[in-house]
Amino acid sequence: MKRLAGFIKKEFIHIFRDFRTLIFLFGIPAAQILIFGFAVRTDIKNAGIAVLDKSKDEISTGLISKLESSDFFILKQNLLTGAQIDQVFKSGEIKAAFIFETEFGKKLINEGSANIQIIADGSEPNVANLISSYAKAIITDYTMEINSIHNPSTIIVDPEVRMYYNPNLESQYMFVPGVIAIVLLLTCAMMTSVTITREKEFGTMEVLLVSPLKPIQVILGKVMPYFILSLIDVILILLLSWLVFDIPIKGSLVLLMLESMLYIMLGLSLGIMISTIAKTMQQAMFTSLLGLMLPAIVFSGFVFNLESMPEIYNWLSLIIPPRWFLTIVKNIMIKGMGFSFVLKETFILLAMTLVFITISTIRFKKRLE
Amino acid sequence: MRTILYLIRKEFIQIFRSKFLSKAVFGIPIVQMLILVPAFTLEIKNIELCVVDHDMSAESRQLISKLRGSDFFLLKHITFNKDAADNLLHSNKCDLVLHIPNNFSKNIVKEGGEKVVVLANAINAASAQIAWTYLRAVIQDYNSELVIENLHHSSPDMLSMINTTNRFWYNPTLNYKYYMLPGILVILVTAIGLLLAGLNVVREKEIGTIEQLNVTPIRKYQFITAKLVPFLLIGLVDLAFGLLLGKILFNIPFNGSLALLFLYSSFYLVAVLGLALFLSTISTTQPQYLFVVFFVVMIFVMMSGIFTPTESMPHWAQQFNLVNPAAYFMRVIRMVMLKGSGFADVLTDFRGIVLIGIGTISLAIWRYRKTV
Repeated sequence: MKRLAGFIKKEFIHIFRDFRTLIFLFGIPAAQILIFGFAVRTDIKNAGIAVLDKSKDEISTGLISKLESSDFFILKQNLLTGAQIDQVFKSGEIKAAFIFETEFGKKLINEGSANIQIIADGSEPNVANLISSYAKAIITDYTMEINSIHNPSTIIVDPEVRMYYNPNLESQYMFVPGVIAIVLLLTCAMMTSVTITREKEFGTMEVLLVSPLKPIQVILGKVMPYFILSLIDVILILLLSWLVFDIPIKGSLVLLMLESMLYIMLGLSLGIMISTIAKTMQQAMFTSLLGLMLPAIVFSGFVFNLESMPEIYNWLSLIIPPRWFLTIVKNIMIKGMGFSFVLKETFILLAMTLVFITISTIRFKKRLE
Repeated sequence: MRTILYLIRKEFIQIFRSKFLSKAVFGIPIVQMLILVPAFTLEIKNIELCVVDHDMSAESRQLISKLRGSDFFLLKHITFNKDAADNLLHSNKCDLVLHIPNNFSKNIVKEGGEKVVVLANAINAASAQIAWTYLRAVIQDYNSELVIENLHHSSPDMLSMINTTNRFWYNPTLNYKYYMLPGILVILVTAIGLLLAGLNVVREKEIGTIEQLNVTPIRKYQFITAKLVPFLLIGLVDLAFGLLLGKILFNIPFNGSLALLFLYSSFYLVAVLGLALFLSTISTTQPQYLFVVFFVVMIFVMMSGIFTPTESMPHWAQQFNLVNPAAYFMRVIRMVMLKGSGFADVLTDFRGIVLIGIGTISLAIWRYRKTV
């Protein structure tokens, strides 16, 4: 036991001596939380637009100034011919062009209808979609305004929305659980697999194995520091999201920490399994990057909706640990649910951990023989 | 010159001797294309909607059938029971609940207006917002229909409607793969450049062969060029491979000039490789290098606008993107591939990447020491 403690202490010294490892351990979660919280916006603001107003009457200019005065659009160009549109799109200056037909106002008053063509830059589908729906809403409002001048009794069904769980529509509610799921898997699996294969590659593993420490103690000593550091990571993320973004933990903190420990153990056993398979450090790195990072990002759903993905992804996600852990974190942290609501997910993570440990043990024994 | 050629040959021999690396060079793009391109979609379809209809009138049914007709909504349940609807929302079985109140039709006709309440599951704020925008659009349509109907009864001449037609250029069906594939290619080129080149140098440090290079009369610029060129070529080959895969797997169009894209990519790769060489001088082991690079790539890619428009970002983030090479490349690759932008359109982006390149290469030359 004393030997093990000494070994763990040595590993800790190794980690803390190196500022690069510390950047990775604590810089990544902090940067992710801050970037997702402050920089990444899925809505549109200040999208550049161009206008081709063939009519230039009171009604068309009125509508243009309505578009301009919204937060969504900035009028960048007044075009003279339709031929210019392609060029301004290509220069990347604008995201949409609005074309008013000739005698727009006259037609609207006399014939009762007039046409606007909205051309949006489809190379950014999400932006194009939002622009056209925001623009339509503004135009409909404007139409209602014009009509109510003539006819005051406009009937309106007025919808009112209540956003559950997240009344202020903070995107943090989505990405904080996602960041926890990704960062834990990264630190645990990638760091352990890389450090263990490093010892293998340089032959120092043999030195450790012939030392009086038992193989199990060697492995424990290697993963123990990461277990503790990962727990600190969880606390760091929760603290940051509480202090900076004011996200409370609705459910039980103890339960959340216990579940995190389970997930960390899963990550560590996965890392050990990778290190028993990979021959070199580079293999371990690429395996953890491709085999863990990609699925973790895809299935953690903090940018992308799992429901919108092809069906096969929903099937694949069943064997991906972050998917289950994410449900656990969301249920406890944001919905404030108790243990009974995350029972199934907990069992699945537990089973996965056991599988990884079993495979690692078999492979490790083979190596020793 | 001959020295550099020999050194480059040595690098290639070293790279291709590692079976794993040569597999990774082609394996990574395949995996990325297959997994990431179809998965990354911000498209919201099949919003699961539940309607609580307390009114059961012709008007409410008309509104419901309007919702049913929309492509975005999947009308899952119609009930009169408020609690049942709440349960569906809480257990993630539906995304939106629309409550149509008791006197809906009466109030529309008599009072000239009525409020309806919509409950949304907003844990994912972005999709809740989009779902709400779509729902509001349907209700607005319904409103204008009511207005038309009403005006036809009283005075049909007074009616004025603005018709909007929508067109999406460069991607008429708003296919997300068109948007994501260039983004994934940026990650690919960046990761290949930063990871392989830097790891290569750090590995030489670890196994000590860098000392053997240092004691030869090779000059600094020769060493740096010899490390740059092979990975520049590998990066370009990988880009070509990725474009080809995109064409074969997803039929992504390429509207611009291939030459322009590869020219820009070369400048980009030089800037990135300069950074890789610089970072490799501050790391002594491969894991250390990996950790630093991972941190850098993550920040570059997340800030580059891979999923979200950079214009919506706050001012400080846009300032940061002035020195973020990935932000330039992200913009240029999408413009050239999808819109067919020409050299003049991306001139300022050329200036930016050249300046960054000069900066990173100078850093690398400055930090690389031949002495111990």
